[in-house]
This record gives sequence, C-alpha cells and structure tokens, in this order.
Amino acid sequence: MKIISNNSKTDKEDMRKIWEKIGDYFRANSIWMKWYCTGCGAIELPPTMTSRFDMERLGMGPMATPRQADVLLITGYLSSKTLRRIIYSYEQMQDPKYVVGFGSCTINGGIYYDSYATMKQLDNYLPVDLYIAGCMPRPEAVMNGFDTLISMIKKGEANGWKHYKENYDWYSRNQLHSLGEVYVKDEFHE
Amino acid sequence: MNIMNFIYAFLLLVFVFLFQTSITGINRKVMARLQRRRGPKWYQQFIDIFKAMSKSSTTHGWIFDFGVIMALGGIMATTILIPIGPFKAFADVDNIFIVSYLLAVGMLGMAMSASGSGNPWASIGVSRALTNMLAYDVPFMVLIVSFIYAFKTSSLSGFAALQQGAGILGWNFFRFPLGGIVALICLQGMLGKKPFDSFIAPAEIASGPMVEYGGRHLGMLFLLHEFSTFIEVSIIVHIFFGGGATPLEFMVKYALLYTFMNIISGVFPRFKIDQAVKFYYKVPLALAFIQGLIIIFTGLGVS
Repeated sequence: MKIISNNSKTDKEDMRKIWEKIGDYFRANSIWMKWYCTGCGAIELPPTMTSRFDMERLGMGPMATPRQADVLLITGYLSSKTLRRIIYSYEQMQDPKYVVGFGSCTINGGIYYDSYATMKQLDNYLPVDLYIAGCMPRPEAVMNGFDTLISMIKKGEANGWKHYKENYDWYSRNQLHSLGEVYVKDEFHE
Repeated sequence: MNIMNFIYAFLLLVFVFLFQTSITGINRKVMARLQRRRGPKWYQQFIDIFKAMSKSSTTHGWIFDFGVIMALGGIMATTILIPIGPFKAFADVDNIFIVSYLLAVGMLGMAMSASGSGNPWASIGVSRALTNMLAYDVPFMVLIVSFIYAFKTSSLSGFAALQQGAGILGWNFFRFPLGGIVALICLQGMLGKKPFDSFIAPAEIASGPMVEYGGRHLGMLFLLHEFSTFIEVSIIVHIFFGGGATPLEFMVKYALLYTFMNIISGVFPRFKIDQAVKFYYKVPLALAFIQGLIIIFTGLGVS
C-alpha cells in the first residue's frame, strides 16, 4: 500500500493570495471543533475546555454538528463502524477543514494493534493534519497540539483538505477496501 | 423621506453591527470571568463571523438559501427603524407594532429556511422556537398594550421621551416595578438566553435550527443574531429604561442591560420547553395582568 505524505512542502513557498492569508488568519484564530468521541480520549476534553485550561482563550470551542465545524477531532480508536461515520461526518464539513488524530490509537492502533476490528492508521482513510500522541494525551499536550495547528493554519500548511481532493482515488480505494461500501444515504432529498 | 435617510440607515446598520458584535465579545469575556476562565479576546466574535463568511457552504434547496436571506433582510429592515437615543434614520416609523411585525418576517424566514434543510433536529428546534415565542409574547403584549393605553403613544421614542427629565425614578422600570420584572423575564426569552434556550440546546438537539448551517450561511445567521439581539434589547431600553437623551447614554444603558441579562443566563440551567411555557403563562402573565389592571383602574405610576 502506497503511503502519500500529507505535509509535502513542495515549491509553493507561500504562494497564497492576500485574501487567503486574511482568511487563514481568521481560520487560525477561530477553531470550532466537532469532537468525534469514539474512544477514551473524550475524557481529556472537558478539562481542556473548562476553567483550568480554558481553550476558548485561543478561540477554540466545541460545535454541535459537522456542518458548523472546522476541525474533526478523532479521540481514540476506530472500529470499522465508527470509521464509516467519521467519513460521513468529514464529507459533511465545509471546506477549509482539518482533521486531528488524538491519542496513539489513531497513529498505529495503540494497545489495540492486534485487534481484528480496529483501524490501525487513520491517515490511510482521511487526511490527518496533526497527530497528538499519547495514551491519553494530557490537556497540556492537547493545548500544545492545537497551538501547533494554529501556527500551521496561519502559515497555510494545513492543507489536508486539498490533499484529500487531489488524491481522492487513493483515499476512496482504501475506504472501500476496509468498509466494503461507503454510501451516503440522503433520505430527505431523494 | 429622501436619500439622506437611506444613507443614515446604512450607517446605522454598520454602527449596530460594530457595536453589538463588540458587546457580544465583551460579554463572552464577562461570562468567562464568571466561570473563572481567562476568556477569548474581546474581538473574538468578529473573528468568528468573518471566519464563517470565509468558508465554503453547501445548499439544501432554494428554500434553505432564500429563507436565510429573507430572515437577514427582515431583521436588517427592522433594525433601521430602531432609534438610537434621539437619532433616527426614518422619522415616525419607530412604532412598536411595525417593529414586532417586521421582526416576525425575520423569525419566519429563519423557520422556513431551517425546515427547508430537512433535518429533524432543525424541525424540533423551529417548533420549540415558535412555541417559546408564543410563550413570551403573550405577557409582553399584555404589558405593552396597557402601556399604550396609559401613555397614548406606541412609538419607541415617544415612550422614551415621556420618561426623560425626571431622573432614574422617572423610568418606567421604577414607576411600574411589576411590569419591569415581566419585561426582563420576557427579554430573557426573546434573547434565547438560559433558562429559556431550549430551542438551541447544543448537547440535546444539536443546536436546533442551526443544525445544517455551515460556512457562509452560518455567518449570515450570526449577523442575524447580532441584529435581532440589538432590536430586542433596544425595545426594552426604550420602553422601560428611558431610552437616551444622547446616543452615548443609550449605548451605556444598552450595554449594562445586555450584560445583566447575560450574567443571569450564566448561572441558570435550562427549562424544558413545556416548563418554559407553563412558567410564562403562570408568573409573568399573572404579573402582567395585575400591572395592567393597576394601570387601567388606579392609574398608579402614570403621572
């Protein structure tokens, strides 16, 4: 299986237009997250959000639906059922969108490395912009990771969503290989 | 009515956007301090709105798109009728009935658009929002009608002018304390703050009517929310807190009242929608009727 690196810095060294830079400033300072709380990682987020670590001072906050969110935060391991829902959620998000993998399980399966039902590597299926390693990462690590994400967005390096569009065939093949079918049923607009 | 009125109206809209969005940002900071957090930057709300505007957006059919534009247009059309202290873009149209009817255009546009998205959460949110509207509007209208009877005027600046010149004790809030309390409870419902925010309820019905909005649509809804907040708080400031002899006085009163409502919102849990309706039809409605009867039969407070 060929692995394409996401953050391949090609020769487009800051080729952004001025309005893209302004947009990136706004997007870096207002990160709304959809927490896809599949695993145990969710328990680290309430302390990150509330008084002790206060993620809102960096402009971050939880959002209720994927449509409103900028960041899909995947906290913990993925089974084949949750992977399907994550792909649906990701495709519902609006366009400058980022994926953050949270915890060891999204990197290499973590302690579930030999399970038959978990997905070992998230970036075979979705373009991950940033990993926060740890089992579990403490709120300090989470804040540090988001600090990195903010500076990546400011510099225009968090281009996973463009990468997903350009290499959709590769991602789609991997998704189909693991799930059998990926079919978004829209029962309201048929 | 000439071209200058429309230029004033445009300036008023720009001013209201800058003013109300700053106040919202400052209030996010106040709320954070209430919860012992540092809180976001005071201009965070601007960043949020511009960011939402800078994202791409999807559509769910033309009713979805048209409803958002209709809602925003209706609310903006209402905003230009609101006087800021003595300043008015259009003379003699700041009537409470015109304001409440035009406000309904915005609310119904929002309801239409949210239903057009086809998401069940949106339908539940819209039905709760309209039920909530029915709940707070009845006591509020009872109160307003008795005020119109007492003062023989229905214009916002007319109400404000009648209260000026007698100091703080001339405000309707102190001359009619029962009515003032009812008005503040109704304002809390109008703003959709806790305990009457069951139609947003992010953890329960996934932010209700806003569930399918993203990107530019969501940015427009944020704008709409700022404008409608301005209208609702301004109505109460004009009718109960004496408006303002100068625009600055109005702005200070406005900011203090909005912050007060927000602090109340910060310490309350949420009512279920049936509890909210029962509450409105019990306490505020009874108080509004008592206040109305006092005004009509004794004239107490009406100078």
